[in-house]
Order: sequence, then structure tokens, then C-alpha cells
Amino acid sequence: MNSYTGKSLSWEVREGVVEVELHRAPCNEIGTEMLGDLEEFAKALETFSRETSAVIIHSTRPAGFCAGADLRELYQGAAPLDVEARVAGVREFLHRIHAVLNTLDDSPLTTIAAVQGVCFGGGFELALACDLIIADKMARFCFPELRLGLIPGFGGIPRLRRDVGNAIVRDLLLTGRSINAQKAAAVGLVSQVAGEGEALRVARATAAQVAKFDRATSAAAKRFAKPIPHDELRREIDLFCEMFTRPAVMEGLKKFVESTDALPYLP
Amino acid sequence: MRTIEQTTGEILDLAAQHFKVPRASLSPQDDFFKKLGIDSLQALEMLTRLENHFGIELPDFEMQGVSDFRTLASRIQARL
Repeated sequence: MNSYTGKSLSWEVREGVVEVELHRAPCNEIGTEMLGDLEEFAKALETFSRETSAVIIHSTRPAGFCAGADLRELYQGAAPLDVEARVAGVREFLHRIHAVLNTLDDSPLTTIAAVQGVCFGGGFELALACDLIIADKMARFCFPELRLGLIPGFGGIPRLRRDVGNAIVRDLLLTGRSINAQKAAAVGLVSQVAGEGEALRVARATAAQVAKFDRATSAAAKRFAKPIPHDELRREIDLFCEMFTRPAVMEGLKKFVESTDALPYLP
Repeated sequence: MRTIEQTTGEILDLAAQHFKVPRASLSPQDDFFKKLGIDSLQALEMLTRLENHFGIELPDFEMQGVSDFRTLASRIQARL
């Protein structure tokens, strides 16, 4: 399939590059609708022709790349359930999103996240599944999960650990603070910092460079350089589900959903 | 080294430019959430602009509880 238009995202193959556009208001929150579209993309990813060399994931939402999991949907879906049913629902969702992100991580194509604005939580985890992150200078990266009594659940800790030093892993997780594109580049998360509004253009230029190389060689280099931490990813799901049984989590989610604070995004 | 007055002035210039309000309408003691009518994401944008402009890192938790330009300037000044 060379093009697709879903409710949350669309994609099109242009000159050997798959451009995936996230366009769900307000900021591409990942709930069941976005997950369904991502699953369609993951299926298609395994079928793109040999002439396809790269994938660019970007957002058309002005607020940013992706604000993370849809916490309102999560809270509203979980609140009426008993603990066992809550955890079962969350575990199923996590297995599905992990399958999508593992497919993206494992793709023989070179994958690029073109990031602007907010790249938080699950959005950050989506970017971390890509091979390269190109961020415009207004981008911000954050794992705010601990403020809800949770850990990142879409593969964030294992993939962050894979990519950067442990000191910045601890800094991001344990403070919940957001960092800008320059800082993210300085610690090795971001490969290129683009001018404001220029991340997609830089990503396209990078994809054009990538296309010059033999695909099989690029795929082999990627497999060698970027092993998928499957064991840690499985343990992360278990740990997340364990955390999700705690009453403090539902209290944290309720507080977030009902917040009228001017700074609910600030951990 | 900038003085606190210079830092405050630069913040006001940036805020006026970014949020497209007359510079003369902003003063150091203003509550920027109320004065500029900004939401959480816009506050993050402002934080990023300030970090880029001053070449500093200002953790967002240091912005919590800060609502006037003058106090914000003192937080930035401490990192210059």
C-alpha cells in the first residue's frame, strides 16, 4: 500500500521514502484510535518495496510531535473497572504498542523521527524506536510518567538505556524534567538540530542521503548497531502492570485529567 | 554579566515578540499567564525560547510557582 489515510495518521511513499504524518488533535496522543492506525502502518512497513529506503515520521500538529499516551482515555477506560480488569486492559494495550514499536525498531528501512515541539512520554518512546531523531530547536523531550506513579510503558527505559549514558537516563526519569533539542543532541539522543520549523526538511535531506546506499548493507549495519532489548522490554511491561495496580496511579491520572492547573504538562 | 534588570528586559522583549503583544504593555511584576493568556504548551515554548536565548538549561520544575517576569528573571540569572 503506497498511501493510507487514517483518523490519526496518514502515509505516502514519495521517491522511495515513506512519509508518515501524525495528525490527531490535540497533539497526537496515543489511544486506541492512534494505536489502530499505527498497527496498520506496522503491517504495511513489512510490505514496502525494495526501492523504499527510509521512513520519516513527523507531525502536522502545531503543539508538537506527540504528547504521549492518551491519559484521558486511559483513565476513563480504567476507572469503572476492578484492579484485575484494569491491569488486563493495560497489558493488552502495552503488548499491542510494543509490537508496533518493535516492528518499527526492527525494520530494515532507515527510520527518522522529525520532531518539533512536544515529544513527551509515549511520543518520546515512538521517536526512540526510530534510528535517527532530527529535532527542530523548539523541540522538548520528557518522560513525565513518574509524576503519575508510573514508569514509561511503551519501551522507553530499555530504548533510552540503549541509546544514551545512564546518568541522563536517571536524570530524565527521576526528575521528570523536559530537555530541549540542544541538550538532547549533547547527550546523544538527537542526531541533528534543525532550525525552527525545519525538522521535516532536514529529515528529507537525510533520507535522500540514506537512499544512496545499498539497502541490504544499511539493514545489516542497523541490525548490528541497534539490537532490540527484548528481555528488558518484556520486563518493562510486567513492571508497568505491577505499578498500575497501585491506587496512587488512578489518583494521579484523575488529578491530571481533572487538572485546571496552568502547567499540567510540567512535571 | 547581565544585571537582573537587563535579564528581565530581555525576557520581556522575547515574550512580546513571541506572543505578539506590545512591549510597552508588559512590566516585570506582571503575571505572565494572565497577561499573555498562555496555556501549558505555550509556557513550554517560552521556556525553550528563554533557554535558547540565554544559552542555559532551566528545568521546567523551576518554573512551577513562578508567574511573574521578575521572579523568572531571577531564576534565569542564577544560571547565567
